[in-house]
Amino acid sequence: MTSPPGSSPGFESPAIDIGNLPGHSVELGRDAPLVLDCGVTLSPFTVAYQTYGELNAGKSNAVLVCHALTGDQFVAESHPVTGKEGWWEKMVGPGKPLDTERYFIICANVLSGCMGTTGPRSENPETGKPYGLDFPVITVRDMVNAQKLLIDHLGIGQLFCVIGGSMGGMQVLQWAVSYPELVFAAVPIAASARHSAQNIAFHEIGRQAIMADPDWNGGDYYSRDTRPHSGLAVARMVAHITYLSEPALQRKFGRMLQDRPEVTYGFDADFRVESYLRHQGITFVERFDANSYLYITRAMDYFDLAEEHDNVLARAFPETPVRFCVISFTSDWLFPTSESRAMVHALNAVAANVSFVEIDADGGHDSFLLDVPELHATLSGFLDGAAEHRGIT
Amino acid sequence: MDAVKNGTRALRADLQVIADLVEPGSRVLDVGCGDGALLTYLNAQKRVDGRGVELSQSGVNSCVAHGLSVIQGDADTDLKDYPSDAFDYVILSQTLQATHNPKRVVSEMVRIGRRAIVSFPNFGFWRVRLNLLVGGRMPVTEALGYAWYETPNIHLCTLKDFVAMCREVGVTIEKGIALAHTGHAGDIHPTGLFTNWLAEQGVYLLKRDGD
Repeated sequence: MTSPPGSSPGFESPAIDIGNLPGHSVELGRDAPLVLDCGVTLSPFTVAYQTYGELNAGKSNAVLVCHALTGDQFVAESHPVTGKEGWWEKMVGPGKPLDTERYFIICANVLSGCMGTTGPRSENPETGKPYGLDFPVITVRDMVNAQKLLIDHLGIGQLFCVIGGSMGGMQVLQWAVSYPELVFAAVPIAASARHSAQNIAFHEIGRQAIMADPDWNGGDYYSRDTRPHSGLAVARMVAHITYLSEPALQRKFGRMLQDRPEVTYGFDADFRVESYLRHQGITFVERFDANSYLYITRAMDYFDLAEEHDNVLARAFPETPVRFCVISFTSDWLFPTSESRAMVHALNAVAANVSFVEIDADGGHDSFLLDVPELHATLSGFLDGAAEHRGIT
Repeated sequence: MDAVKNGTRALRADLQVIADLVEPGSRVLDVGCGDGALLTYLNAQKRVDGRGVELSQSGVNSCVAHGLSVIQGDADTDLKDYPSDAFDYVILSQTLQATHNPKRVVSEMVRIGRRAIVSFPNFGFWRVRLNLLVGGRMPVTEALGYAWYETPNIHLCTLKDFVAMCREVGVTIEKGIALAHTGHAGDIHPTGLFTNWLAEQGVYLLKRDGD
């Protein structure tokens, strides 16, 4: 991939060292193998996870936080690779809505991720080399089944709450469908019960960018000196736009130029928004594996809870005992409110206990990661109410 | 706020009458639940399994932030989603007159609830009649506090009108309660002639015919 002079975003960065990650790591699936939706069996496999707070004596205060596509288990602490604050540090901590003095917070890196849980970068026991594209294609249900084995391993009978945004919200819904008796409360935020055509389309652009990078080498690049950083960065740049909103981009960048008085009549990053996107791309490749990006986006694409119920979503939740709190944002065009409303209608059709809040925020899909006071108030209120019913003090 | 949370804050007169009709421990859907005052009271005082539907997003968000199970929705369009007999009571307080299709709303209410409770302002109240008769202007009273050009109340009716509609859609009135201007509640005959003059609001406990 050659670029016009001066336009290379410069994707040189150190390889990720995941040998000494903080947090926990456990080998699972040796006794009870994980049978994936694609038919392949994973046994054993590793799940890397992090916890905050203490599990109470009754083991009734466990909250599983599910991370989004490019998130990981480092919810509420500085990231071991980037040094940036935890991705949900605003939400998780002492006195925060997910109060670590009250709840035991668990977050696990998803199956096929690249922060310690088994994925395409892990060693294939059959070859002794990284899986690459020999890693089986996984689904959101596979991710949830892996988390279920972790919860069993931790000796937790029922989760007080499963919560997450975006793909995290998909996992929340899958938990409620697969293990309704094990979930007291479920909070899918900025999520959907099925990935839309538009969202699949954006993912396909990202995957094509990665696979068009010669350094991708058919997914077999782990033993080489180069990584498909250009492709992965472009994938991230496209995706990042979909996480924002037009008004937010306009407000933040407008047509402002980047450190120059006028345009340069070239293809350098003249505009501040270009520079910002390039920065997003460059920093992303430091911490993320391109093959993991392929696998996880695919898992999201395959997600459709209604499909095996004759496309009647309500049938996925028969007599569900779960208390739901569905949350969407006005400016989210990737997982718009209409998707959340469809979920709510399905839950009403089974007379489920459901709350539904659309929050006025202009941050787009990423609003769930931002400092949105109404989101905090909603979550605090819902969790307080649920905790009272569950008898958590 | 504690009084709100504990459900000990004084309820609006018609809400108290409604609350007194609800059996403890029942499943309740409050359609048009507003700020959640009735649900909060019923949760705290009657230990109901309470849910709410509210049109205004700010009302919904405030309810959920106070721990109530409430969704944003519309009485006219969103009741059809619910399965039959999903609730013991479906409540519609001071909202019927603002719906597009009151007949369908009441029919849906008695379908998804074993009982429905409806309260609404009585357009047959003597002050309302006098207002129009003597003043010659569209009535504006305490219970009907809007000028004609800004009122959300598009389907006003008298107690008699409501009783007639119930008969038409196959709904049995189990109990009718009239609220006087003072907020005083006394049992009334659903079709009483003077009641339709004296009551400022009506509260009705309904069920499907034949049930």
